[in-house]
Amino acid sequence: MATNKYISSTCTIAKNAVSKNGVTLFENPGADITAFQLSVYQHFHFNYPKFYKMDNLSKLGWLTAEILLKDDFERFNYEPEEIGVVLTNSNSSLDNDLKYLDTISDIPSPSVFVYTLPNIVIGEICIRNNFKGEHAFFIQEKFDPAFIAQQVNYLLDNDILETCICGWADVLGQDYKATLFLVEKKKNEQALLFSPGNMDSIFNTI
Amino acid sequence: MSRISDPDVFIVADNIFSPLGKTTVENFEQLKNSVSGVKQHHDETLSHIPFFASLFDEDVRFLQSGDGYTKFEHLLIASIADALENADIDPKDKKTVLIISSTKGNIALLETEDNNPALQQRIAMSTSAKMIAEHFGFQNQPIIISNACISGVMAIITGMRLLTAGLYENAVIAGADVISKFIVSGFQSFQALSPAVCKPFDKSRDGLNLGEGAATVILSTQQKFGGYIKVKGGSVSNDANHISGPSRTGAELAHAVKQAMSDASLAATDIDFISAHGTATVYNDEMEANALVLSDLQSVPLNSLKGYYGHTLGAAGLIESVVSIQSLKENLVIATLGFEENGVSSMVNVCTSPLQIDGVNFIKTASGFGGCNAAVVIGK
Repeated sequence: MATNKYISSTCTIAKNAVSKNGVTLFENPGADITAFQLSVYQHFHFNYPKFYKMDNLSKLGWLTAEILLKDDFERFNYEPEEIGVVLTNSNSSLDNDLKYLDTISDIPSPSVFVYTLPNIVIGEICIRNNFKGEHAFFIQEKFDPAFIAQQVNYLLDNDILETCICGWADVLGQDYKATLFLVEKKKNEQALLFSPGNMDSIFNTI
Repeated sequence: MSRISDPDVFIVADNIFSPLGKTTVENFEQLKNSVSGVKQHHDETLSHIPFFASLFDEDVRFLQSGDGYTKFEHLLIASIADALENADIDPKDKKTVLIISSTKGNIALLETEDNNPALQQRIAMSTSAKMIAEHFGFQNQPIIISNACISGVMAIITGMRLLTAGLYENAVIAGADVISKFIVSGFQSFQALSPAVCKPFDKSRDGLNLGEGAATVILSTQQKFGGYIKVKGGSVSNDANHISGPSRTGAELAHAVKQAMSDASLAATDIDFISAHGTATVYNDEMEANALVLSDLQSVPLNSLKGYYGHTLGAAGLIESVVSIQSLKENLVIATLGFEENGVSSMVNVCTSPLQIDGVNFIKTASGFGGCNAAVVIGK
């Protein structure tokens, strides 16, 4: 049954800055993507050695999800199968595909090849958090909040999921942007209505 | 959780465009005769060493749809065109949506063209989807799914849900992947390729074969298709265990299988056969067998079609679903080519010869990198 859903938390990483729920938490102007993502990891005192082996798309999605969920997600309210992830981007895994291609002429690298799929970032977020529910990766020319909202609403309205992390995570070279939304059926203090309009204005703030 | 009040989602038409044939019927005839598309290839543009795969001959002309399309796009167009020809569905109708599934799309262009922003734009899957939509006159923005080896099954589930939610009346769902050096070298680097025709679920299985191809299913909720075979339910899950190795227990695939049956309001005893993922890698088949036992499906006849097509990646879920739909129509489950002796620790019922059935429902499973699993239930 269709009821209101709420955006409990949002996080955006783009243009050398991290913001959560509209507040800038960290900036590192001038750093390239590699240095910037490492500085985010260090600033928030994350301790997750798998981070270092990830490609840039997985690092971006993983960092955004970590900060999104930090302090704001009551994960013990949910079974692993009730938590899902729906992500979109325009460049698929092209950033890492180009890096893998460079290894082919020498020795093809299995550890680079495994990241030549866009949904691996979802796998990394699921492994980190033990999320086992529905997930999907869609390729879209640009951020399409109406489509994402439709997909997520279907999963929540039909009780396939109880909560869902959704949004956009895209990397190509030095261009990167991720905006993730934590969508729940219950309304917390700072919650916004889960609507394409609200998603769009949050996405376009940065 | 059943969706009793939702409209039925009928499968109106389908196509398989593969090295074995250009239509579903052509493909099914080949499978009935145990013809495999997998053979050894010596092609320096794909690999320095010979490898087994199911590939199109270089001189195959896909269609006369004009220039400017890549092989990936030609495959999709050929498959969609044949399916549309057999369906009373208008692609130009506002109530029709196009869904495309692929893992790597036009990635082969990186091997022959200079890398620059224009090429990157050309490789983007939304570029291909737009060209294909324009070719047929689809009015709505196409939906593109790229979720590793479950992409094809996920595309069917996504189409089913968009239709039951009433957003569209018709969905044209097509998947394709083309085998390139990029893909061959990657699977070689994982030591995942078998040095011969693959042997799903067999004791001596030693890896997968790659394959290329396309397939299409056209779904509709229009009542005029009442009596057609239906997509009844589906589910997706994640292992949350490892990005390149399957779950140790199979519990997560089992969850997807059970949820798909529940979504279809069916029990394990209602399932007449299983179209397994069955890649013939040691770990996938072991995990899958465990999952089927956990789902109470261990005695249900199952096949893997990887010995005929290889692993067609983003097309696999669609190709194998279409074969199984044809099995329901002809009451014949295709044998698992390459299987001789059970090689998984949980006993499952692998079909070793063509099996006559009077079946109503089958379940199609898929699993892939990123820990993803999917299951869809299709039946009369």
